Amino acid sequence: MGKLVYLKDVVTLGLDGEKCSGCGMCAVVCPRAVFEISGRRAAIIDRDSCMECGACALNCPTKALHVKTGVGCATAVINSLLGIKTSGCDCTIDQYQTGDTGSPAAGSNCK
Amino acid sequence: MTASIDTPAGRIPCVSSSLNFQDRLGTAKVRAGIGRNSYMVDPGLYALGQPDTDSPVLISANYKMSFDNLREALPGRNAWILVLDTNGINVWCAAGKGTFGTDELVGRIEECGLRSLVNHRRVIVPQLGAAGISAHEAQRLSGFKITYGPIRAADLPEFMDSDHKARPEMREKTFSTTERLALVPVELVHALKTLFFIFPSLLILGGLAGTDGLRASVALGLLDTAGLMFGILAGCVITPLLLPWLPGRAFAAKGIPPGIACALLFLFLFLPAASEIKLGALATSAWLLIIPAVSAYLAMNFTGCSTFTSLSGVKNEMRIAVPVEIGAVAAGVILLAVSRFLF
Repeated sequence: MGKLVYLKDVVTLGLDGEKCSGCGMCAVVCPRAVFEISGRRAAIIDRDSCMECGACALNCPTKALHVKTGVGCATAVINSLLGIKTSGCDCTIDQYQTGDTGSPAAGSNCK
Repeated sequence: MTASIDTPAGRIPCVSSSLNFQDRLGTAKVRAGIGRNSYMVDPGLYALGQPDTDSPVLISANYKMSFDNLREALPGRNAWILVLDTNGINVWCAAGKGTFGTDELVGRIEECGLRSLVNHRRVIVPQLGAAGISAHEAQRLSGFKITYGPIRAADLPEFMDSDHKARPEMREKTFSTTERLALVPVELVHALKTLFFIFPSLLILGGLAGTDGLRASVALGLLDTAGLMFGILAGCVITPLLLPWLPGRAFAAKGIPPGIACALLFLFLFLPAASEIKLGALATSAWLLIIPAVSAYLAMNFTGCSTFTSLSGVKNEMRIAVPVEIGAVAAGVILLAVSRFLF
């Protein structure tokens, strides 16, 4: 079984090659093997596999990565839209308070 | 907790790497959706085996299953486990929420006196915690180097024995059939709970339509409940299990073929009783709309359980899927109502 991949061309991940120092942290933290380090530079080799968790941007010491972080959960989006604070798996991450540069989503009312 | 040891950082409880019956029962219960929100351990330091000043420090969350998973992976090892306060949420979800975060890690290291407990200055953080922790920031603030360990606790012994090097497979999150199967019970429990709450209204609706006495009314109510259960079977059980092989990329789309199959199965099983419970052409088409729509909706909600969906993708999918799902259910309900009240 190959790698499971979600929708094409939807993610907000971006890399500023000028700022990259080639430290390789993005490749270490990414759980989806999106990056490859070659020639002392990071490269996005599998963008569609990105799930916007934000680990790469948060752990990039030179702020070369940007991604609009969030959790890919329809239930959380519905709960957020309906203003429900606890339901389903009790996860109501506010999808609209997420940072632009990889700061984690602000959780609300998580038991 | 087996005992405790006295250290420069105070008295630290000892834990074992083997899980007892109570631990396993606890895991089974939370997997079934029972008491998931209060399955916690106290934040702070724990001693696994007989750790000393050179032993590694492993970071975990205070969800008891996370903690149990970690210690179970380390039989015969000596290590300190530093549990962060994540309100009883697992590492990955807590990292997404920011509770498994830089501030909590730095604060917990300070508060627990890790500096006086060990000679080295390194902590091993689970890789999935990286969504909440900034390694360079945490190091700057705490003086401890953050080393990201493998995704699966089971790979920790190999990781620690090979000079903190992870093979590429250790860094990639999988979503195997076993992993998906483990999520089915809790999804099923949630869906059936919702069905339980709407069950009385289904009986009342059956009663309103039943002109042939109480028995026929109850039969209609039960038939509707059974129909929805087939939708739940398709969306919460079959779709997750067949996920990699179902056509399409959007989860809602993946939920449609199992939904159609379950609708046909439902109609086939209940057709023999058609004369008694009014399962005519209108009602048949109604169920062919409702069951696949319920399945698609539940499949769409499985995005949150999956390990590879992005928020941008989910929003993209929902823009089309939600109106279609609502439309199909509404059309189905109207057809059902027409079949019952006008004929």
